[in-house]
Amino acid sequence: MNLTLNIWRQPNADAPGAMHAYAVEGISEDMSFLEMLDVLNEQLNAQGEEPIAFDHDCREGICGTCSLMINGQAHGPEVTTTCQLHMRSFTDGDSITIEPWRAGAFPVVKDLVVDRGAFDRIIQSGGYISANTGSAPEANSVPAPRDKAMRAFNVATCIGCGACVAACPNGSASLFMGAKITHLGELPQGQPERYTRVVDMVAQHDHEGFGGCTNIGECASACPKEIPLDVISQLNKDLRTALKQGK
Amino acid sequence: MATPTLVKGARATRSTITLKLLMAASGLAFIGFVLAHMYGNLKAFAGHDAFNEYAHHLRTIGEPMLPESGLLWILRTGLIVALVVHVASAAALWRRANRARPVAYQVKKNVASSLSSRTMRWGGLTILAFLVWHLLNFTIVKVNPSGGATDDPYNLLVDTFDLWWMTIIYLVAMAALAMHLHHGVWSACQTLGLTNTAVSRQRAKLAGWVIAVVVAGGFSLVPLFTVFGVID
Repeated sequence: MNLTLNIWRQPNADAPGAMHAYAVEGISEDMSFLEMLDVLNEQLNAQGEEPIAFDHDCREGICGTCSLMINGQAHGPEVTTTCQLHMRSFTDGDSITIEPWRAGAFPVVKDLVVDRGAFDRIIQSGGYISANTGSAPEANSVPAPRDKAMRAFNVATCIGCGACVAACPNGSASLFMGAKITHLGELPQGQPERYTRVVDMVAQHDHEGFGGCTNIGECASACPKEIPLDVISQLNKDLRTALKQGK
Repeated sequence: MATPTLVKGARATRSTITLKLLMAASGLAFIGFVLAHMYGNLKAFAGHDAFNEYAHHLRTIGEPMLPESGLLWILRTGLIVALVVHVASAAALWRRANRARPVAYQVKKNVASSLSSRTMRWGGLTILAFLVWHLLNFTIVKVNPSGGATDDPYNLLVDTFDLWWMTIIYLVAMAALAMHLHHGVWSACQTLGLTNTAVSRQRAKLAGWVIAVVVAGGFSLVPLFTVFGVID
């Protein structure tokens, strides 16, 4: 298939960027979206042009590194990561617009690559449990009820890709935070730090410049791991409890 | 802008979620108010005397323990505080949201969000503008657009809604209110942390529909029945 690609080019964080149009030909529908971009970059290399910088790592949908806004949707039209999006989701002659995640807290490094260090700092501010190191404890010494364990497991699938922020009209990272708050809050190991965790993580989130949540639901529909909106309700509930406790 | 520093001495009271909680709580106060207001309006179907009697009674509730209009002013004070809290929090969050995405997308698709959820801010401003007119019309100045008497609440109501364009202004405002409530009710439940399961989420969304239809529908009955000559 032959495609027209409109891609955001920006040489570095401080330089202004602009959209550029590129034509690619002979793309197989079995290629992944990233392989299609590899083809374009080979073409650009052959022409002596600067290849397009984009983030990617595992290419099997588990690391969350590939971060592209494709035709106005985070990771494109399918519920998956960009690396697992295949060209069969497009048709011959399509024009595809590719942009980086847009958020003040995710500054563009180059072209389509953004700095998601803000997520690391949110986790660093409280998205962990404090435990002594050493050999792994006996698995059954701290029992977790099955429904809580399942909910924790389901939301622990968050890969920190940032699609929720990219899709949110307010640039909020509430789904990301809610997933971690719910994951640790459902388990016995997460209880001692539960209410300082939520206050510290939300403070870091606000400090990074992410917006507030308006519960419109674009984040959950963009999430490649299908994390549901109820984690944001859990986040709000935990913060409300922290307020009551004077944290 | 992203900064590489970690926040020290975080306080729950300073978070964006606290602003959202204030919006949810003040919004719930407004829902209580519009339901009571709508009930009063429906008294118009009971005729001139019943409607005016109700309006007068609102001013004498609690006498002689309270002065005339005493309870009314207690409620009005609560509503004014709720309005200031609701609008100020919304303005702060709107400003934050604009800063959180300094560069707009060239192409952005909305997949899951409802129209009402995306128009909360401009819809809220529409309701605020309507509120100013509505208070001038019926409470503060008592403007009778037909030029008739203004000291009789029932007659002022009939004179106002006999004009088709006034009825349209009020119906447009009710459509804006319905949209605001449709998303607002669900959003308040979510912000208050009451929707932690798929079932409770569905219920909160249904409550949004029910309250939007009941409130906007109930309010629209009186202008509609007046402009078509049933109430006169």
